[in-house]
Amino acid sequence: MSELDNLYREVIMDHYKSPRNKGLVEDAEYKLFRIKNPSCGDDITIQTKVENGIVTDCRQIGHGCSISMASASVLTEIMIGKTLEEAKNIADNYLNMVSNKEFDTELDLEEAAVFSGVRQFPARIKCASIAWVAFKDTIKGDSNE
Amino acid sequence: MMKNPYSKDFPQLNNGSVYLDTAATSLKPNSVIEAVNHYNRDLSSNIHRGMYEAAVETTELYESTRETVAKFLHAKTDEIIYTRGTTSSLNLVAYAYGLENLKAGDEIIVSELEHHSSFLPWQFVAKKTGAILKFVELNEEGRITVEAFKKVLSTKTKVVALTYVSNVMGYITPMKEIISLSHQYNAICVVDAAQAVQHIEIDVTALDCDFLAFSGHKMLGPTGIGILYGKQKLLNIMEPFEYGGDMNDDVNKDISEWKTGPQKFEAGTMPIASVIGLQKAIEYIENIGLSTISEYIDKLQRYALAQLKQIEGVKIYNPTSETGIITFNIETVPSHDAISFLAEKNIAIRAGQHCAKLICDWLGIYSCLRASIYIYNSYTDVDIFIEGIKEAVAYFKKLGF
Repeated sequence: MSELDNLYREVIMDHYKSPRNKGLVEDAEYKLFRIKNPSCGDDITIQTKVENGIVTDCRQIGHGCSISMASASVLTEIMIGKTLEEAKNIADNYLNMVSNKEFDTELDLEEAAVFSGVRQFPARIKCASIAWVAFKDTIKGDSNE
Repeated sequence: MMKNPYSKDFPQLNNGSVYLDTAATSLKPNSVIEAVNHYNRDLSSNIHRGMYEAAVETTELYESTRETVAKFLHAKTDEIIYTRGTTSSLNLVAYAYGLENLKAGDEIIVSELEHHSSFLPWQFVAKKTGAILKFVELNEEGRITVEAFKKVLSTKTKVVALTYVSNVMGYITPMKEIISLSHQYNAICVVDAAQAVQHIEIDVTALDCDFLAFSGHKMLGPTGIGILYGKQKLLNIMEPFEYGGDMNDDVNKDISEWKTGPQKFEAGTMPIASVIGLQKAIEYIENIGLSTISEYIDKLQRYALAQLKQIEGVKIYNPTSETGIITFNIETVPSHDAISFLAEKNIAIRAGQHCAKLICDWLGIYSCLRASIYIYNSYTDVDIFIEGIKEAVAYFKKLGF
């Protein structure tokens, strides 16, 4: 498998073509965070609802490359149902994995594990990270819009 | 296919890559590299200060570069200011001229073709002074025309800040007519020549522009050096933009005096090695001649466009561009996916918004691919690029994009 094929894995293409939890909801209980990358034109918004310490919903909307779109979609599926502690731990380890830093290889990153191919493409680390960074801001309780 | 006679002068081409990203930054010829190395290796010393041999030679090289630039632009030596790059040059004009001379209700003409460095300083000046930004309406191709310019020009116009060549569309602005019209209304013209100076002959005296800015690194020179040309009478009425060493004539506790001429705007130690390298870059371009350069680029660009047009699924945004810049997308494939594929093939082009979001908005796209051709590129480079695009189209189609 070439490095490029390792980047464009089936799971990633599936999420890119059929994005999950797409579209925002009008509900003040959600925290919303939007991040833009002006150099490439990526623009992603993550919206999260936390009840009693558990992520009960996670939504996404935006536009950008396949890696950024798919990583937002995968993120939302993984995070729904997680405790805040689990969510933060998975997000931190995922972000370390894609940026080629040390991460807990024992931790189950679920479908997000397919983004390990990004490590071979330093220029795409930002693409794979943007939604996850926005998510972390939402569970901190921040909203930027 | 004939061999490119210039490529041997550009050692970076030995890495086997196809370099089609000159609009971002150009490659450097050996003469430029050697001049920069000569300063760093043999001459390191400051200018206008030391009496020892290296300092004297350095000052001579530094000031003779100013003469080279002045001749290149048909300007007076005292009208050439060294800066960090086009961005610094344009900010200098916005701060030192714009903020001081504009007031509420005055108008600044810009366009959606502007690079952020030719737009944001004036958006800032407008906000600070209460002046109003007016946009020249682009024609259906995305060009600035004299007709459209006339519609926004008025007695309220005080500054016209336009790009000479668009870094996304590659179009040449009819600058001479625009400047002449602007002067009838007593407006000053600030020309962003970052993408023009390496393609077309610029005679600031004939053009009659008030300010003109460009960078060394897009015209075969080093990074960190830019030029601001300014008419002497305007430079004389402007306050310094930065204060510090070497820009003053006399310093006292109560009042100090500034140098006259360009040195007033060159505070602190300037990028001396880069200045010296710029001289060699200009000499390299002059030895070939800008008309030879543009004719060659034009041939290569037409060769590339003819083939790119044939590829199904490719959308070209500027098929009539005249300066080696080809902007396009593989439809259905985001530009950052496409360049990852090309990067794997060692083909260097650029993807994104190119620091010019307003023209992306105008085109109705989030981002695009840009290939830019220069004198060291060959027909083989174009063939490899076209083959790369064909393969990319097939690859992403198979993936389901």
